[in-house]
Amino acid sequence: MSGWFGALLVAALTVVLLFLILPIVAIFVDTQPQDLVASLGEEGALEALRLSLLCSAVAIAIIVAVGTPAAYLLATRRFRGRAAIVTLVELPLVLPPAVAGIGLLAALGPNGVLGGLIEDAGVQIVLTTAGVVLALTFVAAPFYIRQAQAGFEAVDRTWLDASRTLGAGEARTFLRVAIPAAGPGLVSGLALAWGRALGEFGATLMFAGSFRGITQTVPLAIYERFSTDFTSALALSAVLVAVSGALLLSVKLLSGSAWLGGAAR
Amino acid sequence: MRRLAGALLVVVLVLAGCGGGGDDPPELTVSAAASLKQAFTQYGREFSAARARFSFAGSDELAAQIEQGVKPDVYAAANTKLPQQLYEKGLVEQPTAFAGNRLVLAVPAGSGIRGLGDLAAKGVTLAVGAADVPVGAYTRTVLDRLPAGQRGAILANVRTEEPDVAGITGKLIQGAVDAGFLYVSDVRATDGALEAIELPDALQPDVAYGVAVVKGARRPEEARAFIAGLLDGEGARALERAGFEPPPAQ
Repeated sequence: MSGWFGALLVAALTVVLLFLILPIVAIFVDTQPQDLVASLGEEGALEALRLSLLCSAVAIAIIVAVGTPAAYLLATRRFRGRAAIVTLVELPLVLPPAVAGIGLLAALGPNGVLGGLIEDAGVQIVLTTAGVVLALTFVAAPFYIRQAQAGFEAVDRTWLDASRTLGAGEARTFLRVAIPAAGPGLVSGLALAWGRALGEFGATLMFAGSFRGITQTVPLAIYERFSTDFTSALALSAVLVAVSGALLLSVKLLSGSAWLGGAAR
Repeated sequence: MRRLAGALLVVVLVLAGCGGGGDDPPELTVSAAASLKQAFTQYGREFSAARARFSFAGSDELAAQIEQGVKPDVYAAANTKLPQQLYEKGLVEQPTAFAGNRLVLAVPAGSGIRGLGDLAAKGVTLAVGAADVPVGAYTRTVLDRLPAGQRGAILANVRTEEPDVAGITGKLIQGAVDAGFLYVSDVRATDGALEAIELPDALQPDVAYGVAVVKGARRPEEARAFIAGLLDGEGARALERAGFEPPPAQ
């Protein structure tokens, strides 16, 4: 790392860090600790936080339960159309949230493709807490599945073969060998997906609406406060950053993997 | 690769140059209430002093942006309170009322709902504006004039509090809710997808739109010309065509 090129790399990284960190630092610079506490005492703030945590936790549980075996299949089998399927699964990653919201409405809304079916079943999704969970699941799932797939692909195939040779079935091999071996990848995917779910705004607003205690998650509550009380919006933002950061950190500590880089080893 | 990059560069430059040239009209930025979208877009095409660029959102969000230092040239709100507040803080010049509107009950075409009396029934779902956006404030004014029992029953049927009229219109057209409170001009803009049910006169709030030149605007002269046209000119005609009314007498 010497000479002008080395200096250029360092300068580039410095610019990146400053640009990415500055808005987050600014949130905390302008927020007094007492504002933070006061913002939680405000009407609707704790409700929003509770709703955000609940909905994102349920969404993550669904994503892990269904996404893990799906990612395992994609990682360990070769079949026609696999590349196309991988691309389809990753597509929501690049969708703007507004498009995700419109898409969910067009698919599951009362006038949507499956709307009649859902109505006949007597289920209400749009503008309900279940709708929030659905929107979060949709936008966050690819983050987990992508990482999980990379994690499974990095597992040494000879371990899986050995497990089967020793008489363990497919299912047992998956549960006892593949999952522990891909652990760090799964956990980092979970943390990313959870973070994305906690921050979801656009798809939630379009598909689930905004109503205190039912569908108004923290990002929606921040948006509502922005117009009337900037300080309180800032304080609630600080709370969300703290909660997301704490979640990320505790997930990593629990898994014993020191850093996200452990994913694709 | 290099040739591709060159070709891309040419495309970008040509696109950037579209409508360019030396004696181009200046650009005027207008922050306007979401309910003004149709009327202002049309007015913008006819406005000759400058090329108008619009930012449509809830009036309260736009006011909050101005308080945070965003400087459009013109600020137009769906009430007179927000421009007045900005004026008192020294952020905009003296505001003027330029249009009126009527709050209506909006339902999808062919709906069975015929009036306020049908809103309190169990199972009916409603979309309203959030309390801070003008359409939501007017809605609460209407509901406050109802008997407490009916008001409570209607509020219990609210499923979402939207940040602007576009959100309410979208939820209604998608069938996500059975009814909502909108301006009569919003309903007209949906080309028959929604129907307007008039509210009784005794409940109707005074809906007045206020507009002001933003202090420190880059194009104050064009901004004043834009506002003059709203009061008497192409802008006033575009508003009338979109279903707006003259401002209510103060």
